[in-house]
Amino acid sequence: MDTVQYLDDQGKPLQDLPLSQEELLLGYRALRRARHFDERALVLQRQGRLGVYPPFRGQEAAQVGVALCLQADHDWLLPSYRESAAALTFGMPISRLILSWRADPAGWGAPPNVNMVQFYIPIATQIPQAAGVAHAQRLLGKDAVAAVFIGDGGTSEGDFHEGLNFASVFGAPLLVVVQNNGWAISVPTHKQMKVKRIAQRAQGYGIPGVVVDGNDLVAVWSVAREAVARARRGEGPTLIEALTYRVAPHTSSDDPSRYRTEEETARWQQRDPIMRMKNCLLHLGLWSEAQEAELTEALEGEFLAAVEEADQAQEPKPWEIVEQVYAEMQPDQKAAWNYLRGEV
Amino acid sequence: MIAERQTRVLNNVQAINEALDLALERDPRVVLFGEDVGVMGGVFRASDGLQQKYGEQRVFDTPLAESGIVGFGIGLAMAGLRPVAEIQFAGFLYPALDQILSHLGRMRHRTRGRFSIPMVIRAPYGGGVKTPEQHADSPEAILAHVPGVKVVIPSSPERAKGLLLAAIEDPDPVFFLEAIKLYRGVKAEVPEGYYTLPLGRARVVREGDAASLFCYGGMVEVCQKAAEVAAREGVELEVVDLETLVPLDTETIFASVQKTGRAVVVYEAMRTGGFGAEVAARIAEEALDYLQAPIVRVAGWDAPYPPFSAVENYYRPDARRVLEAVQKVLTH
Ligand SMILES: Cc1ncc(C[n+]2csc(CCOP(=O)(O)OP(=O)(O)O)c2C)c(N)n1
Repeated sequence: MDTVQYLDDQGKPLQDLPLSQEELLLGYRALRRARHFDERALVLQRQGRLGVYPPFRGQEAAQVGVALCLQADHDWLLPSYRESAAALTFGMPISRLILSWRADPAGWGAPPNVNMVQFYIPIATQIPQAAGVAHAQRLLGKDAVAAVFIGDGGTSEGDFHEGLNFASVFGAPLLVVVQNNGWAISVPTHKQMKVKRIAQRAQGYGIPGVVVDGNDLVAVWSVAREAVARARRGEGPTLIEALTYRVAPHTSSDDPSRYRTEEETARWQQRDPIMRMKNCLLHLGLWSEAQEAELTEALEGEFLAAVEEADQAQEPKPWEIVEQVYAEMQPDQKAAWNYLRGEV
Repeated sequence: MIAERQTRVLNNVQAINEALDLALERDPRVVLFGEDVGVMGGVFRASDGLQQKYGEQRVFDTPLAESGIVGFGIGLAMAGLRPVAEIQFAGFLYPALDQILSHLGRMRHRTRGRFSIPMVIRAPYGGGVKTPEQHADSPEAILAHVPGVKVVIPSSPERAKGLLLAAIEDPDPVFFLEAIKLYRGVKAEVPEGYYTLPLGRARVVREGDAASLFCYGGMVEVCQKAAEVAAREGVELEVVDLETLVPLDTETIFASVQKTGRAVVVYEAMRTGGFGAEVAARIAEEALDYLQAPIVRVAGWDAPYPPFSAVENYYRPDARRVLEAVQKVLTH
């Protein structure tokens, strides 16, 4: 299968770009915003101000490119733990993301105008659910779509296959985006599956499958845009395989030196999605170092304000443990609630 | 009010079919799906005629994939529909346990109320009808152990109809287990039209003072039979149908124990860790002072439900075994 690509490894356009100048700039800013969040989140984690955090460095374009095609109050996003960049771009406030990775319940719910479900920790479970969310849009007469992300390892789970099969049988408006980053913690893709391209599996479900350079924002955005348009037109789901790499460790508590070489990581760093996009803008005369500095400053300001906001969130109370289990508290929860309130 | 209604004699499947029909008619958000529920109307005919009446958008067949069915339903519910899924047999819920444990029961909690799952999962369960392997399983204890779900097991057509309609209206996920033995095994007067019966209430189906039999689903019939036999000897047993396992109506349970001082818990799942163990533990924790004898359980043996139907009667509790337990609590 051919890989859709618009920028070369350095970021030079290989052909006419399908995005406007405004879109290119918007896309670059979104990439930088995601990277800034990721870098700063890791710092917070090391300071003990965040729990275990799964970084996405290297995978920004694969997530941002898809999220840029969606409307938070109309479409749906069901992300797995690695998709903070998608969540951020989709419209989740930074403060909520921080709280979420602090394992603070105040960050668990999306605001009412953001159709995002809290990050899924068990692998692949969100795929059949996303198919249901997508199908519901059609039953409700809406043209909204659902987008769901999964890793290459996750495609081995049964729910990946059941979800794709449901989506295809019902023609659900769904984007299933596989971020093929080469690894599932320490297990390389070739030990996960014998197929060369995950997107080939689309054929088994009778739906389109596309392979895209996941470190090329222009390519991801255009492929996702087409898939969204197809879905909105009622033409069903698309499987997108984004070839990318997590330069960062699996999580903040992982040590990748146990299973992969520094050379491999360095090689992928040469294809960094942000460097490529920046070079693209510079090449087209759309960007300057002065603008870059300004952007960095603005992002840092935004981040610090969000941390401050998150810090002001009230500590969760012990009795919150039994809240939101049922719409109305049942006798057992009520008894526990009373007990926990009495304790403090 | 329900008592004043016109009634019709229905069996359990007919009552359930009527409830599904009324729910589909009343609320356009209700959708029905599962394996063979559409054209065929379900292997037990619970959804007979409903696809013809409401169309393929509202009543549809799915691929054969239980995790897919439950996960898909969770998605439908999150997006604002009222999914009613059928799992063909409760013993085939196991492939969906990941969806059930990881999400169905905790979506409200893990999104702090942002998304809830007003979904009903119906499944036939239980033995006594000579089915192949897995078909007779009673997995209610596994389901009751999932935080955030409700578990309802009706034992009569009138109750089944009203409870199912209440389950569909309920804002939380509800497992609705239907005893296969009772599908066509019982017939009763069922009120016409739409009505709901509250979830979370146990009911005394036969009053007595000698001992309390706590049971649900297919075991209610068995316990009633035992009570009839005992009554001929002048021993009046109280039969309490728990009906909703989660949330459990402990008030009614304790009141009965207070009255009789003796408790026998009857369930057809394997004994160890079965739901009856929970009932016994609650009584021991909260109502021990009323007891005049240790609580006795009558349950399936600690083995898979026998796949060889010739001996299933030895596995599934019957009136004789219930009476042996009664004897034990009376002579303590
Ligand atoms: C059902 C399940 N099994 C195991 C895990 C533990 N686990 C967390 S991440 C992971 C690897 C996932 O790899 P992949 O799907 O490729 O995604 P990536 O982390 O590379 O983005 C594993 C095994 C889990 N979260 N869920």
